[in-house]
Amino acid sequence: MNTTLENPTATTSTDEPAWLAQRRAEGQTQFNTLPAPTVRDERWRFARVNTLSTDGYTPATAPSAETLDQLVERSNLVSQRAGSLVFADDAQALFEPISAELAAQGVIYLPVLEAIAKHPALMEQYFLKESTELGSEKFFGLHASLVKAGSILYIPKGVEIEQPFVNYYWTSGARAAVFPHTLVIAEDNAKASVVDIFFSETEANEALSIAVSNIHAGTGANVFRKVVQDWNEKTTSFQLDTTVGGRDVNVRNLAVNIGAERARFENQVRIEGTGAHVKMYSLTVAEESQEFDQRTFQTHNAGNAVSDLLYKNALLDKSRTIFSGLIKVAEGAQQTDAYQTNRNLLLDPTAEANALPGLEILANDVKCSHGATTGNVDEDELFYMMQRGIPKRDAMKLMVFGFFEEVISEVDNDELADNLRALIRNKFESKIH
Amino acid sequence: MSDTDTALQDQAINVDTEKGNFKYPENYEFDAGVGLNEETVKYISNVKDEDPWILDFRLKALEIFNKKPMPTNWADKDLENIHFDKIRYYLSKGQQPARSWDDVPDDVKETFERLGIPEQERKFLAGVEAQFDSEASYSHMKEDLEKEGVIFVGSTEGLMKYPEIFKPYFGKVIPTSDNKFAALNSATFSGGSFIYVPKGVKLKQPLQAYFRINAENFGQFERTLIIADEGAEITYMEGCTAPKFETTTLHSAVVELVALKGAKIQYITVQNWSSNVFNLVTKRGMADEGAEVKWIDCNIGSRLTMKYPGVVLKGKGARGEVLSIALANDGQHQDTGAKMMHLADNTTSNIISKSISIGEGRSTYRGQVHMPKHLKNCKNNTECDALLINTNSRTDTYPAITTRGENNTVQHEASVSKVSAEQIFYMMQRGLSEGEAMSLAVNGFVNELMKAFPMEYSVELKRLIDMEMEGSVG
Repeated sequence: MNTTLENPTATTSTDEPAWLAQRRAEGQTQFNTLPAPTVRDERWRFARVNTLSTDGYTPATAPSAETLDQLVERSNLVSQRAGSLVFADDAQALFEPISAELAAQGVIYLPVLEAIAKHPALMEQYFLKESTELGSEKFFGLHASLVKAGSILYIPKGVEIEQPFVNYYWTSGARAAVFPHTLVIAEDNAKASVVDIFFSETEANEALSIAVSNIHAGTGANVFRKVVQDWNEKTTSFQLDTTVGGRDVNVRNLAVNIGAERARFENQVRIEGTGAHVKMYSLTVAEESQEFDQRTFQTHNAGNAVSDLLYKNALLDKSRTIFSGLIKVAEGAQQTDAYQTNRNLLLDPTAEANALPGLEILANDVKCSHGATTGNVDEDELFYMMQRGIPKRDAMKLMVFGFFEEVISEVDNDELADNLRALIRNKFESKIH
Repeated sequence: MSDTDTALQDQAINVDTEKGNFKYPENYEFDAGVGLNEETVKYISNVKDEDPWILDFRLKALEIFNKKPMPTNWADKDLENIHFDKIRYYLSKGQQPARSWDDVPDDVKETFERLGIPEQERKFLAGVEAQFDSEASYSHMKEDLEKEGVIFVGSTEGLMKYPEIFKPYFGKVIPTSDNKFAALNSATFSGGSFIYVPKGVKLKQPLQAYFRINAENFGQFERTLIIADEGAEITYMEGCTAPKFETTTLHSAVVELVALKGAKIQYITVQNWSSNVFNLVTKRGMADEGAEVKWIDCNIGSRLTMKYPGVVLKGKGARGEVLSIALANDGQHQDTGAKMMHLADNTTSNIISKSISIGEGRSTYRGQVHMPKHLKNCKNNTECDALLINTNSRTDTYPAITTRGENNTVQHEASVSKVSAEQIFYMMQRGLSEGEAMSLAVNGFVNELMKAFPMEYSVELKRLIDMEMEGSVG
């Protein structure tokens, strides 16, 4: 691979702590030495690996002040929030800090670089510590070596925050490479929610994004992270997400993935304590020649916990989706309940849905199941609605939105839910005939 | 698990395998020696007095075998314990299978008598072939079938005597390069059944083959090709046994089925190899317009089984089905599954897999369903259920489903469960022992599938499961 990403110039600060310099160097080595994905790797099965390339992308220079202002203006999906950050090409465009009241309770909400400077011990313990196991280790390495934008959220024991933290990541420059980072540390019985939003300035600016998210939830913590990925269709996107949940946690992940030319989404959840309750939702609308490559991993290292996954994809044109999910129940993790559901709605005959729902069970007293279905719009239901005077086009729309509502209705913020419905409607409107 | 339970279980397992666990001294007339190279392949071909094209086919296959890597990037690492250079690739006592039971050599006859083969034949079979190591030692088919034009011979005889029938399909459903073990079989194949059922002939009784490995460090590579001409119907059953050796034994078969327009083929396997056998088998059927290929696959024995029977649904309205039962006990890995390749409109496929893991046994389901974009109205249904008996039992499920096209539907469901303590308690309260209760629960789990098996087989299976299960509660 020949890319400017291989030998970065000083994009990151030189006075970083030694532990971080070391993690960055290790990441760089990992990126340079690990082989590019091949079809022979089960973790990349069905993906179009031949056209996957990080060549020609560069960590972008900051956009003009005018552009930054415009993008801040357009960052408007959620108006009530506990804090907000807006980045454009990894440059900070807006930082809306937490209230003095939250700060007094010990809550920390900072951009990555500031958090490293102000809370080195906390960052050394958690920052860049959870890589992916699902195939993109090489790209995690690149992220580690170049990350400079992102949000760090720390909620101390027992602190509950109702309003969400909202982070926007924009791409703007030509062939820009960005590395958004989310780190959430929720101590015992803490509660918080985060929304990460990925947008492009125009329909045409090409970009590479390698985003990493790590959530650490302590005993009894309640964390809800929502992701809205609506890059333009000139973007190569990676989302490498890891959640580690302790005893009695309640963690929810919800992803709306509708953008990018190709989007690789690795989402792994590791349950380390009994009584944990984890939910993973995803919704994808794929059109044109988009490829959505979703790999999930539900690891139950402790018994008596529940994980439940629901991934729904609607496919148009020549788009492709890959859902590859694995539930792993470790030896001794008895009384585990783990579920996995993948539903694919094929709206055009040229679209392709791949499903690889997997189970690895090493304990016997478990309830595990997975289901994957792929099909077209139900002709009987369509007929029923048309009989009652609803035009075919409208009936199909209703059914598609109904298909998604199961995921959208899990969004606990009405404003965001409505904005998501609008995003999906925009993408669909011109498509259903 | 208490000591008495363990003893009970051991006893149960011993009773079960006792039937196959005996061997006779080895005195072979033909022996290709140890290890595999061009000379081995030439020796086999020479002993069989084959036409030059068959030798060419074998040598090409050997080349492919040597080039192909082991599939350990996704498969069980235990495969690395197969030492191809320590295996004996061809052993036989003579070339011509006996047509009458009296002509079979005494030790071989006793072997099969102990396994109950002549008895089975008298009872209900239309024809039997019994393979002892590399060659068929006995082959017999009822006369009236011969008159109807049914051909039931070994692989060499099939290719030499009826090339016009078998050559066009030989190696076409499963090409030599399909996988490493298909290539190995193509280079060294010997024995197996070549069957042709003429147009419209419907066999009312099943044809049957028994496969027996007697020698240590041996590799059995039988080759089966069944062609059902338009509108024909056939049921074929195979059973496998081997004595227990300290060293590993390899069984690597290739089975090709061709169901022409409107034909029906049902292929039933009850595999009960001893726990030192690597059972790496490639099985695939081709179904033409309106034809049906059905695999009924039951895996109880072997150390590692890797077998994924497939159906290529080539003609409109073709139907494919795989019904699979796997039982994995201590030290066993049953890696089974199914493949359905839809290549025509209105094709349907159904996969039902039930696995039971006992003790430290591991069962795996691996599946592939493929529907390309130009197809309409295809359907697939896949169900795989796993039952885990002990705390250290293991099960995995790895399906792969690709769907495109108009009005195609695919559904896949899998579940993992255990026998509930309440169920067992309920039955024990009514006077059943714990073992009996467990057997009953497990038999209930596979009961639905069992009905698909012919009577004799489902009775035998029930008995095998009873024995494997006894005393495994703990």
